[in-house]
Amino acid sequence: MLYAILCYHDEDMVGSWSKEQDAAVMTRLAVVHDKLAQQGRLGPVARLLPTTAATTLRKDDPPVVLDGPFAETKEQLLGFYVVDCKNLDEALDVARDLGKANPGGAYEIRPVGLFTPGSVPK
Amino acid sequence: MTDTAWIDNALTSARPQAVGALLRYFRNLDTAEEAFQNACLRALKSWPQNGPPRDPAAWLIMVGRNVAIDDIRRGRKQEPLPEDDHAISDTDDAEEQLAERLDGSHYRDDILRLLFICCHPDLPATQQIALALRIVSGLTVKQIARAFLVSEVAMEQRITRAKARVADADVPFETPGAVERTERLAAVAAMIYLIFNEGYSASGDTAEIRSPLCEEAIRLARLLLRLFQSEPEIMGLTALLLLQHARAAARFDADGVVILLDDQDRSRWNSKTIAEGLALIDKAMRHRRSGPYQIQAAIAALHARAEKPEDTDWTQIDLLYGALEVMQPSPVVTLNRAVAVSKVRGPEAALELIEPLAARLSNYFHYFGVRGAFLMQLGRNEEARVAFDRAIALANTSAEAAHIRMHLDRLMRDSQPRGAKAGK
Repeated sequence: MLYAILCYHDEDMVGSWSKEQDAAVMTRLAVVHDKLAQQGRLGPVARLLPTTAATTLRKDDPPVVLDGPFAETKEQLLGFYVVDCKNLDEALDVARDLGKANPGGAYEIRPVGLFTPGSVPK
Repeated sequence: MTDTAWIDNALTSARPQAVGALLRYFRNLDTAEEAFQNACLRALKSWPQNGPPRDPAAWLIMVGRNVAIDDIRRGRKQEPLPEDDHAISDTDDAEEQLAERLDGSHYRDDILRLLFICCHPDLPATQQIALALRIVSGLTVKQIARAFLVSEVAMEQRITRAKARVADADVPFETPGAVERTERLAAVAAMIYLIFNEGYSASGDTAEIRSPLCEEAIRLARLLLRLFQSEPEIMGLTALLLLQHARAAARFDADGVVILLDDQDRSRWNSKTIAEGLALIDKAMRHRRSGPYQIQAAIAALHARAEKPEDTDWTQIDLLYGALEVMQPSPVVTLNRAVAVSKVRGPEAALELIEPLAARLSNYFHYFGVRGAFLMQLGRNEEARVAFDRAIALANTSAEAAHIRMHLDRLMRDSQPRGAKAGK
């Protein structure tokens, strides 16, 4: 089963990381990524640009385009993973590993219903 | 990341919101700042033991407010208590309550007010910037002094003077109306741009010391944009800062000499920062409400999009500078436009464009640098040499002078006209 791991964190806080802090987090995360990739379980991974770069399309009739993210929340969706796991326990294990590498905030773990691997180059 | 690093980040990111709310409450910058400092001290004690609060800013506001009220009650302060005085206990429930009460529109105007106070028109630009970096960003006096290349004592005085002026000034604490909010926003945007320029205009040895100013300006611009998500000019400002800063690593050689845009190693540009800048200017243009920051960002975007200097869309840049000239007539804008004109229509047309600026820019380094470059391209080497000599005399930094000297050396080497580099 594929699980999406949605990464929520306080954007202000992540934004106040120094370059060194940011790089250190990315290095620690890379270790977790590599392990999953070697096991053939790592799907697409995305780190999203800040919510200030976000635009929301409300599907009204006619659709309305709004600046900013869909929801104003204390913690923002900053990225996501798709990981192949046998069950929720395994997915939680992955999330715990990721959390050790990048503490703070929260992961939302959601089973994936439909998955199209896509074709965009890296 | 250690515990302390995490707490530092939380305190830094909560600061504008917390100090802004405390200022609304106490209506006094010093009291608000002190209340925040006290709250931070308690956070350093409490958070490692009790874990992080759900909403650090709300926690700091509540604790800071209580401590300050206690101080006032104990008579350590001579200030009257604020009217709205129901004490809040230091419990989780209260935190949630307060967070909800403060959520939404208050925060926005609190932070804007805090920033706006720093750019009070009575304050000279340097004091505005210093005050904002101290109060809003929370940089230490030592850090700010370093970035401004002055002594800590001098900077302390500058900030104290600025605070005194602000205290005397009548800053309205009511929720601002729409027109007032727009005016505040424009003043604050200008100040953020100034902070950025302080860092960006540095060169040589000082570039590295001062570049945190650029990062701080970007942080403030993003903060402002999060509060005013649909303001195209704030998108433009943020995009402009990001696109300029993306080139930081390529702008100087090992000796600290400026590398012009054409000669920069574009692989050293920060592609992630560029992507964010392009996304923002893209969003801004959709609003079809153009403004100076958007236009400058659009120009920076055209440079950023060009993989090689030859790919630069100079025709479009010429048009954009033309639009900027209409919006913000300035000889410096015309001078920049002339560089684009020289690429599109040649150095003769460009020279013609800047000729009328001579009187107004007679003490402006870049005028003579650009003029010399055009003349050199036209093979008018003697006149070029005169212009370059004048530029060197007017250079503000050794890097600027070194750069012009390079042109002069080239003139000495070959009398043949050749494709000179012009631009900023």
